[in-house]
Amino acid sequence: MAANPMYQFNVYRIGPEIKINNIDISFTNASLFMVISSLAILIIFNLGTKRSIIPNKIQLLAELSYSFISKMISDTAGSKAKPYFSFIFSLFMFVLFCNMFGMIPYSFTVTSHIIVTFVLAAFIFIGVTIIGFIKHGLGYLKLFVPSGVPMVLLPLIVVIEIISYLSRPISLSVRLFANMMAGHTMMKVFGGFVVSLGIVGGWLPLGFSVALTGLEILVAFLQAYVFAILTCIYLNDALNLHH
Amino acid sequence: MLKKIIFQFLALSLIFTYSAQSAESGGMPQLNPEFWISQIFWLVLTFGLLFIILSKFILPKISNNLETRKSQIVENIETADKQREETEKKVREFDKIINDTKVEAKNFFNSERQKVLDDVNNKRLSLEKDIEQEIIKAEKEIGQLKKTSQEKVTKIAIETSSDLIKQLIGEDINKSSLSAIVEDLSKKEMEKYNGI
Repeated sequence: MAANPMYQFNVYRIGPEIKINNIDISFTNASLFMVISSLAILIIFNLGTKRSIIPNKIQLLAELSYSFISKMISDTAGSKAKPYFSFIFSLFMFVLFCNMFGMIPYSFTVTSHIIVTFVLAAFIFIGVTIIGFIKHGLGYLKLFVPSGVPMVLLPLIVVIEIISYLSRPISLSVRLFANMMAGHTMMKVFGGFVVSLGIVGGWLPLGFSVALTGLEILVAFLQAYVFAILTCIYLNDALNLHH
Repeated sequence: MLKKIIFQFLALSLIFTYSAQSAESGGMPQLNPEFWISQIFWLVLTFGLLFIILSKFILPKISNNLETRKSQIVENIETADKQREETEKKVREFDKIINDTKVEAKNFFNSERQKVLDDVNNKRLSLEKDIEQEIIKAEKEIGQLKKTSQEKVTKIAIETSSDLIKQLIGEDINKSSLSAIVEDLSKKEMEKYNGI
């Protein structure tokens, strides 16, 4: 069974079946890795809150992540985005840790499931839209009308803008999901080649597998970063309407 | 021939098992909605808790730490600057004191030297004056002595010569002619004595 490269994405129940009003919310391997990722984040960053003037390694890690994300937010969304710092920090860390835990062999990648990334992206999309309407009222609709466009092209541009705005949650979620799924599938396929080609011909796919592991770790970080920075950009659109 | 058959069999069986497995698991497990609700529920639960704990407890502490560190560093730099300034001031004061002391010492030395020199000068001057006076006095005395001694010598010479003549001849001679002769002789002698 393990030869199927898609098998690693299977979700299965751990422990008893939990049903509330006929809705299945059982604890699964996906839930397990969400819990593990969250706990890891909490433990690491809680260890990083020691009050010492000269930080130790974990404190340095926590403080560097803090300033990294703080700088990312202020660079892309300006100072108005300060209240959303905790959310973007949690989002980045959650996606990053889920991606990274997925790199451990025989583990499960939470973010390789479209439903998880789509819920995150939809939440961001709805939240950003609500923030935009609260901040600018109906003036937020000016987002769809770029300035300096000839009147003839305006209907077309508005339609394109609306489609691009509505496709944001899809592109955001599919980007992360597809990257994670494709990378893990590739690794599994190359791992299968190593087994099937044996000790004679298996070295080449093994080398590829090793290289892919490095690439996937990079992708895991990069996709978390992209997810967070796109959230910042959407937030910037909602906070500083400058079309 | 046998090899070829075995190879074909293996290849076909591989393809068949692969397709059978794919059919069994139904392609992408991501699109199987069986556990979607469960995933959404656990995602909301874990991410929500993570967000709440991070934003309420952990992130404020980290930002607080960063702030205190920044302010402490600024404070330390300020104190360091202040202390450096103070040190510079003290060094300047120290230099000034040393300079002042040097100048004072020089002045003191100069004034003392001047005083000593003046004292010496004064003493010398007064001493010279005294010596001069003494010399003048002595010269005067000598001059007087010279004068009186000549007269006395002449007188004595006249008396002795008159006595001698009285004893030799037995009669008095005119004193005025005798004195003229004695004076004349003594003048000659005195001139010889004085080296004139």
